[in-house]
Amino acid sequence: MTERRNGEGLPQDKAMTNSIGAGSPEDVGQGVGEASELAEEATVGAGRRESGKTSFPAFDTHHPPDKALIDECVHCGFCLPTCPTYVLFGEEMDSPRGRIYLMNKGLEEEPLNDQMVRHFDLCLGCMACVTACPAGVQYEKLIEATRAQVERRYERSPEDKAFREMIFNLFPYPNRLRLAAAPMKLYQRFGIGSRLRKAGIMDRLPARVRAMEALLPEVPKEEKIPETTPPAGEKRRRVGILTGCVQRVFFSRVNAATVRVLAAEGCEVVAPAGQGCCGALSTHAGREEESLNFARKTIDTFEEYDLDNVIVNAAGCGSTMKEYGHLLRDDPEYAERAKEFSAKVKDVTEFLQELGPVAERHPLPVSVAYHDACHLAHAQGIRSQPRQSLKQIPGMDVREIREAEICCGSAGIYNMVEPEAASELGERKAKNVLAAGAQMLVTANPGCTLQIRASLKKLGQDMPMAHPVEVVDASLRGEPVETLLQR
Amino acid sequence: MERTQLISTMESILGPEGVIHEREQLRTYECDGLMNYRVIPDLVVLPESAGQVQQIVRVCYEEGIPFVARGSGTGLSGGALPVESGILIVLARMRRILDVDIPNQRVTVEPGVVNLWVTQEVASEGYFYAPDPSSQLVSSIGGNFAENSGGVHCLKYGFTTNHVTGAEVVLPDGSVAHIGGGKAPDEPGYDLLGAFVGSEGTLGIATKITLRIVRTPESVRTLIAAFEDTEKAGGAVSGIIGSGCVPAGIEMMDSLTLEAVEEAVHPHYPECGALLLVELDGPEAEVENQFEQVIKICEENGSSEIRVAKDDAERALFWKGRKAAFGAMGRIANDYYVQDGVIPRTELPAVLKKISDLSAEYGLRVANVFHAGDGNLHPLVLYDNNNEGEAERAEELAGEIIRACLEHGGSLTGEHGIGEDKKKYMPDMFTADDLNVMQLLRCAFDPHHLCNPGKVFPTPRLCAERPGPFRVHPLQEAGLAEMF
Repeated sequence: MTERRNGEGLPQDKAMTNSIGAGSPEDVGQGVGEASELAEEATVGAGRRESGKTSFPAFDTHHPPDKALIDECVHCGFCLPTCPTYVLFGEEMDSPRGRIYLMNKGLEEEPLNDQMVRHFDLCLGCMACVTACPAGVQYEKLIEATRAQVERRYERSPEDKAFREMIFNLFPYPNRLRLAAAPMKLYQRFGIGSRLRKAGIMDRLPARVRAMEALLPEVPKEEKIPETTPPAGEKRRRVGILTGCVQRVFFSRVNAATVRVLAAEGCEVVAPAGQGCCGALSTHAGREEESLNFARKTIDTFEEYDLDNVIVNAAGCGSTMKEYGHLLRDDPEYAERAKEFSAKVKDVTEFLQELGPVAERHPLPVSVAYHDACHLAHAQGIRSQPRQSLKQIPGMDVREIREAEICCGSAGIYNMVEPEAASELGERKAKNVLAAGAQMLVTANPGCTLQIRASLKKLGQDMPMAHPVEVVDASLRGEPVETLLQR
Repeated sequence: MERTQLISTMESILGPEGVIHEREQLRTYECDGLMNYRVIPDLVVLPESAGQVQQIVRVCYEEGIPFVARGSGTGLSGGALPVESGILIVLARMRRILDVDIPNQRVTVEPGVVNLWVTQEVASEGYFYAPDPSSQLVSSIGGNFAENSGGVHCLKYGFTTNHVTGAEVVLPDGSVAHIGGGKAPDEPGYDLLGAFVGSEGTLGIATKITLRIVRTPESVRTLIAAFEDTEKAGGAVSGIIGSGCVPAGIEMMDSLTLEAVEEAVHPHYPECGALLLVELDGPEAEVENQFEQVIKICEENGSSEIRVAKDDAERALFWKGRKAAFGAMGRIANDYYVQDGVIPRTELPAVLKKISDLSAEYGLRVANVFHAGDGNLHPLVLYDNNNEGEAERAEELAGEIIRACLEHGGSLTGEHGIGEDKKKYMPDMFTADDLNVMQLLRCAFDPHHLCNPGKVFPTPRLCAERPGPFRVHPLQEAGLAEMF
């Protein structure tokens, strides 16, 4: 409908990326086999979104958005001020109640066309509306069902499809991601990105590719964790840990810190070697079959160990794993097992607070701004536990960030597929983070960390960032504040 | 003007981003906070400045296109219901706070600014914006201005009309007028501001609104008191007001409402048949003294449990339940129909009895939430739109309730406005002459009935129509107009 929505995808993009972006050694995903080919295809004209095709009826009979859940919405509008896209655009169709309205129209009479899909695609899935809703509308279930219908029934433009395929052939696979990360390392070491930027070439790449480039973190040396770590002192629990995909490749130190903290608090920690992606990215994007396969495989892997709990340190992963019971409800072989599995899943700060701290915390005189990851605060209702984990450290000054309930724009793959909206939100968040005036930022999701760092960079700023469990780890190990501030 | 031409005209004013014309997008604007009435607008436009509003309205005037203004779309009387073949002017993108003048206690805002933002803007300076509809975290100042919104604290502080000191309005012919005094206390001439506030968008569109902010009270104390039933709680309300104390707010919720809010936001209220929420504010010593008195009166009226908020967090929790009450109905019913009648406080027991009898007669549940201090009732008729005929029955029941309010010396609406929803009851409250006087005022500003037409007044009347006994209008006689 508007330029902002339909954005790039102009013909010159195609010519531009053909000659500059894809196929040159610095391109994302180069040398990763399947993924790189997709990347090449994807970068060509990435961003063209309209397919002009329409499905009618909008939804098929396989789990359409549930009419009973839709009816719970009384159209009061309390969701509007916390919805990031309503905050940006001020339009009803890009608000939760507007999207629910569209779902209802889809059930009743309207087709699934470009416009409708556009408004569903623009939803970040941050679930701030679920927190705000006085009527208890389960928007998470509605949007999840709708997204699966969109992926199944709506034909995306070839460019859009290819870009998404590339993402889903790369990010859920740590080995591919690591392989892809190797050329990134070279890319970063030789400052190719900044040279391209200087030459003005980067500016002419499609927004989605630029967004991905801007997000690439420094690739650190991997901190390996043992498959089993014994508890310090008496064993209180036997827990498994999800090492994640992005987390494992880019933030292996967070996993290492999680293992150390859990062990220090009396847990025997198992990190199953065979584990893969939990399926969070696929679930949130409506790729149903793929997400269910990831879920089944994760359950299989962890079931082999006799665990009291499964600990997760990435907000998006945790919220999906807690939903396995719902996701696999139709699978007779897995339905019950999934429910049992989900009941064992805990976010690391949630688990630490339930367990109660026993290990000695050494003082860390530092001011930290705590950023609520949406999939922790809104999707899992975990707000006080990470703050509590930080406040238990002597000397820690925990500060709040204005507009804490508004998403930073990371939202799974959102900042790659919807770079314009994500970048506006990122900048808004970065300004609010700076206004808190803290020495460092603490947040519990790798996506948020990448997004906020990239957004700060755009403002010419940077600040140390850590996961809450890293801060707890630093305190348990008696690290000086300076070491923590180097992150 | 052809629709395609109108779209390109509007796009030339607003850019393509400011015009919505695709069918399914328009559908999300077909109703406001009241879902009972739905009309798909021809176009939705999203201006970002007063100048753009003026240009839009001028096109409408020249082309004879009816238009309706809308803010956050949370109104509960269908005031922002679009009109067929008309334009919906959505002011949600005009959300700048233009000026904060602390020494003069004034804040000037654009109409799309959310009520609560005003308080947030000035709180650090020790001020707040007093009118606080339950929807204050989402409803816009423009909407509050149009509906003369009230809220829980209006018992002591007054309604929106008492807090607006000036406005810039685009009149239905596209001219711009400045009404009211702005920063100076008062102005000579007609009190046009008084006419505009609460005119429900029928006289023009406010594009700048100057608000009076007031000093944050030194002390605020809040309690909840549980009673066996609404009658006993009502007795306590009369007792409190009768004692000469003016609380910042007295709210009452009945058992059905309590059930819904408990499920929605877990305020952990005591289990009871009726709950009073009383808040006092002002100088510390006065509040302290009166608070003791309030507790005593509640006890004398048979309160089974009284809880005093220990801190701001508990106070917020007490209020959270009340403020979420309407939305929370989604927990116990698919749909609800809210009424907004006002009755003299002394009639409370009689009217409540009547409501409960009507509820039984119609076989529909009615939850009651009131601003008890000023007798403003919010009976919520619960129904399920999926059951055939239930919506109509609910509306009928709501109509009976409102007639009961009128019979007991009350009024149709306390703060939600007449809008689309209650216009048919206007003749129950006003005589033909009363309504004609109102029409004369309206026609002075909007002779062609372009500005939110069809709202507030029971039947559309033409402006040259003479008041008094019915005569065929000359236009009608000439076959140029039709009377509905």
